[in-house]
Amino acid sequence: MSLLEVTDLRVSFPTADGLVQAVRGVSFAVEPGQTLGIVGESGSGKTVLTQTLLGLTPGGQISGTAMFNGVNLVDLPHRQMERIRGAEISVIFQDPLTSLHPMYKVGWQIGEMIRAHDRSVSKAQGTERAVELLGHVGIPRPRERVHDYPHQFSGGMRQRVMIAMAISLNPKLIIADEPTTALDATVQAQILDLLLRLQQESDTALLMITHDLGVVADIADEVMVMYAGKAAEKASKRDIFYNQHHPYTKGLLESIPHSSAAGDRLKPITGQPPSLINLPPGCKFHPRCAYVMDRCLAEEPTLHAVGDAGAHRSACWLPASALGSGTPAEDLRRRTVEEGRGAGAARVARTIAAAPEAEGSVIA
Amino acid sequence: MTGALSDETAQAWPTDASMADDVLVRVENLVKYFPVRGNGLVRRTVANVQAVDGVSLTIPSGKTVGLVGETGCGKSTLARCIAGLIPVTSGKVYFEGKDITNLKRRVMQPFRREIQMIFQDPYGSLNPRRRVGAIIGDPFAVHKTATGAERKRAVQDLMARVGLNPEHYNRFPAEFSGGQRQRIGVARALALRPKLIICDEPVSALDVSIQAQVLNLLADLQADFGLSYLFIAHDLEVVRHVSDSVMVMYLGRVAESGPGSQVYTKPRHPYTNALLSAAPAADPDAAASRRRIILTGDVPSPIHPPSGCRFHPRCPKAQELCSEQEPQLETKPGDPPAHLTACHFPVEAGENLADAVMRSAL
Repeated sequence: MSLLEVTDLRVSFPTADGLVQAVRGVSFAVEPGQTLGIVGESGSGKTVLTQTLLGLTPGGQISGTAMFNGVNLVDLPHRQMERIRGAEISVIFQDPLTSLHPMYKVGWQIGEMIRAHDRSVSKAQGTERAVELLGHVGIPRPRERVHDYPHQFSGGMRQRVMIAMAISLNPKLIIADEPTTALDATVQAQILDLLLRLQQESDTALLMITHDLGVVADIADEVMVMYAGKAAEKASKRDIFYNQHHPYTKGLLESIPHSSAAGDRLKPITGQPPSLINLPPGCKFHPRCAYVMDRCLAEEPTLHAVGDAGAHRSACWLPASALGSGTPAEDLRRRTVEEGRGAGAARVARTIAAAPEAEGSVIA
Repeated sequence: MTGALSDETAQAWPTDASMADDVLVRVENLVKYFPVRGNGLVRRTVANVQAVDGVSLTIPSGKTVGLVGETGCGKSTLARCIAGLIPVTSGKVYFEGKDITNLKRRVMQPFRREIQMIFQDPYGSLNPRRRVGAIIGDPFAVHKTATGAERKRAVQDLMARVGLNPEHYNRFPAEFSGGQRQRIGVARALALRPKLIICDEPVSALDVSIQAQVLNLLADLQADFGLSYLFIAHDLEVVRHVSDSVMVMYLGRVAESGPGSQVYTKPRHPYTNALLSAAPAADPDAAASRRRIILTGDVPSPIHPPSGCRFHPRCPKAQELCSEQEPQLETKPGDPPAHLTACHFPVEAGENLADAVMRSAL
């Protein structure tokens, strides 16, 4: 049995402007010791998804299940969620400066975290444990640093403090929400290395949310690409990077500047992500998709197996064998599009071609 | 000669004869210290933050110079000094051969039209309470070059040029997405037809697909208007993509500079090596086979930078000499003349620094 099994999770928020459909039916599983990378652009619902797992989306209308160790996180009473949050599932946020309290010493904050879950631990024991943890995550002179305030640490060191706090109660699952986005490249490398080491030591499962495909390529085992609140594609890391099926995944990978083609024109995805209040009909990606067909305008594709193994799943109407960026696959895609494109899709395709890289819909 | 300057000012101007025609900006030995004042009554200067400490560079006309380095290496300070936004402590900035260092406000005015900036945060750099048309029209108002209907037409032309819908002239910044806001910033920078645009992390806050749109836009504008860019970013692949030449900074000094192809494929400075190896590549096989050079520790404080080579406390190749003597920025044997490295013991071809890191860790 998986450690965490999320099934058809939906989260929406009623607002004055309408219903914001942040997560629209997402299913995935995380195994112990494995890393699932969730990739997506701003507004794709990746953060709402994980915060819902922790009961941190008050006001949201939630349906679906998230089974963690036999309990459903989605309808867990507040008290029980407090016992799980931090102890069995812990979080590392993007910005360590705003997630640490500026007026308390870091040692106190780590100790407090431990004592909140186990009142039998004394304050002195809490501090002692904090010293141990700070040493473990690679902070030099932990016995002195434990008495420092967050502002006395650099960005990378603060993120180490956050990690120390996250591992303090030996959680089974760590959710890392853009943990290295605010850090410089050399420090990011240090932090990713640390996360990998800690994961290997204790067989923790890691849910890594990021918009950086480079980070995913580094540490994920499996990858889920999200677009407009749903999974566009889910596969092993290698399949996502070398054998992708969904045009959105393909577009994301092609947008990144590559060393091999320095100076060439980049191939961005046209337009902007859709508003989560007024989603387009059919496939939510169709207004930006170079392979738009008539079917995409009317029917929303669901995640289905593509390729040979069942593990690679994609939500796109293109044939299951059109994988990767090779010529045969591209020919197959082109042929399918030719057959499947009537007047409606041709109009969308012309709009995309006429306004390359410019105006999408203005948000709000 | 810029049309913005009257003839008499131009004649009185001290020109720099050594400057080649195609060089737009030349910076010589630029130093910028920020004083740290004590708590006493007179608030004496007790120390200096040595943000930029002796940096020289040239920006050729119509080319892009990339500037990379980590937080606190002085790249933004250097940009602000070149744009004349903050006074320099010492050193010279030449624009088209004319010395524009620490000019008085009125004398600097014509140059301000020629040098514009695009900032990182498309949310923070636009006034949320003003309409987009007014924001983009500001440069015309400040320099009194266009008014009324003429200004509106100019603004709408600019909006169309950067890929915004001119009908959105009366909207507020909040009604635009991040990528579109960055286009507003680009339109504003472009308004007075500058020769140099300083881009300070222009795409760092954007998603990859939008980032590619903005980078393509900047490339198109460069081709159309013959713009020069000073392009600052911490994303090495982005800098490599846009730049003709690249400069790597560390703690206020230049570690390495040269043509992009040289610096990226044959980096000589250990810091450049570490930066390149740490940058995440969106390629799992490359990530698995690559050996990262993990630097220990953080960037030291620029108030008390290390003696000698500023990188020596974190450098896997550091020897005694490195802490005693500051290395000169020079061409190393075997490199083309444009490739400069400030290191006593540059990395040789085939050398693997990751091994050196392992050894020094033992």
